[in-house]
Amino acid sequence: MEKLEFRFPAQPATPAAGAALCGVVGSGNLEILIRPGDEADACVVSVKTSARGFGRIWEAVIAEFAARHAAGGTRIAINDMGATPAVVSLRLGQALGEYTGGVQ
Amino acid sequence: MNAPVANKLVLRRSYFEASARARVAAVLDAGSFREFLPPEASEPSPHLAVLDIPGAFDDGVIVGAASLGGRPVLVIAQEGQFMGGAVGEIHGAKIVGLLRRAVQDKPAAVIFMADSGGVRLHEANAGLIAISEVMRAVLDTRAAGVPVIALVGGSCGAFGGMGIVSRLCSAIVMSEEGRLALSGPEVIETVAGVEEFDSKDRALVWRVTGGKHRYLTGDCAELVEDDAASFRDGAIALLSGWQKPMPASSTLRAEQARLTERRQRFAGLRDGLDVWQALGVAEPRQIPLMDRDSLVALKKGLPA
Repeated sequence: MEKLEFRFPAQPATPAAGAALCGVVGSGNLEILIRPGDEADACVVSVKTSARGFGRIWEAVIAEFAARHAAGGTRIAINDMGATPAVVSLRLGQALGEYTGGVQ
Repeated sequence: MNAPVANKLVLRRSYFEASARARVAAVLDAGSFREFLPPEASEPSPHLAVLDIPGAFDDGVIVGAASLGGRPVLVIAQEGQFMGGAVGEIHGAKIVGLLRRAVQDKPAAVIFMADSGGVRLHEANAGLIAISEVMRAVLDTRAAGVPVIALVGGSCGAFGGMGIVSRLCSAIVMSEEGRLALSGPEVIETVAGVEEFDSKDRALVWRVTGGKHRYLTGDCAELVEDDAASFRDGAIALLSGWQKPMPASSTLRAEQARLTERRQRFAGLRDGLDVWQALGVAEPRQIPLMDRDSLVALKKGLPA
């Protein structure tokens, strides 16, 4: 298991729920839990992944997510079981959608 | 034998493929579920962390309160996609806590959506103790007059300790896709050899552990389609007619005698096909091809 921590500047999010969870820690999948963070203009992400050595790819995927979405003021925790970058991107968008009430 | 193909479009949400959270949302009354120890208030397994394996926030099981057809129920839903739904220490403690609450609160029922290969071997003794506590708690809940209804239709079925737990429940609702047994097919093959049981033979696995077989042998009370709405309807139907008194010891002895007799009667049979023939099914080979309604009708016509 590898533990990774990231912090990216992001536009503030408008939460509709206290927390949001999506995905399952199953093969090729991951779960994402979004909770309110301490800094309104930053997205803080901690990742626990079964696949070692992919830190730079995680960094790129999350940086792209933080740049594209108003995801500031959040603390995102991820438990990963080998999801591909595309799956990670989709799940991040889905989790943020549930957190902000945009997608049900 | 073949039922006519239905000429209406039916929206089906596969129970087999759904996640535990999707099942909870689809089986219970819409919007009624209130989770105890939600992911943000829960901790992943410390045992898995020691082994350097990522855990899940809810440790693979969701517990809470809801209503089902207007009746208050407590709910357990195992997530089969996380470590095969296996029961670890926290996972088991959440189930036991919920069942103890049922003893106190006396809801109309506990709905137990089982989807598990049994004990989480990574957690060794903690997992074994957890599942034995779950067994005890199921019996205590039933003794308190609260029926525990197991729903078995997930991708992991109900095997090992969870196979025992499911049969300790008051009744089981199952789909054809669901599987229920003690030792899993791979376990049997590993221990006793491929001549004893070929776990790669999917059709054989379902003929021996699947929902149709369990329904014909009377191990599950209801057979439903692989559809979350059908599981919901099946559970509601069971509960609305629920009148079973607490089993008296004479009833239990009679049940024990029936099972002993069944064991002797089916001893040496190698395949579901042989068992169905012994049960009086005229064309056992047609069973795997039949739809749910035809099978239920066929069972009604079998000798008691």
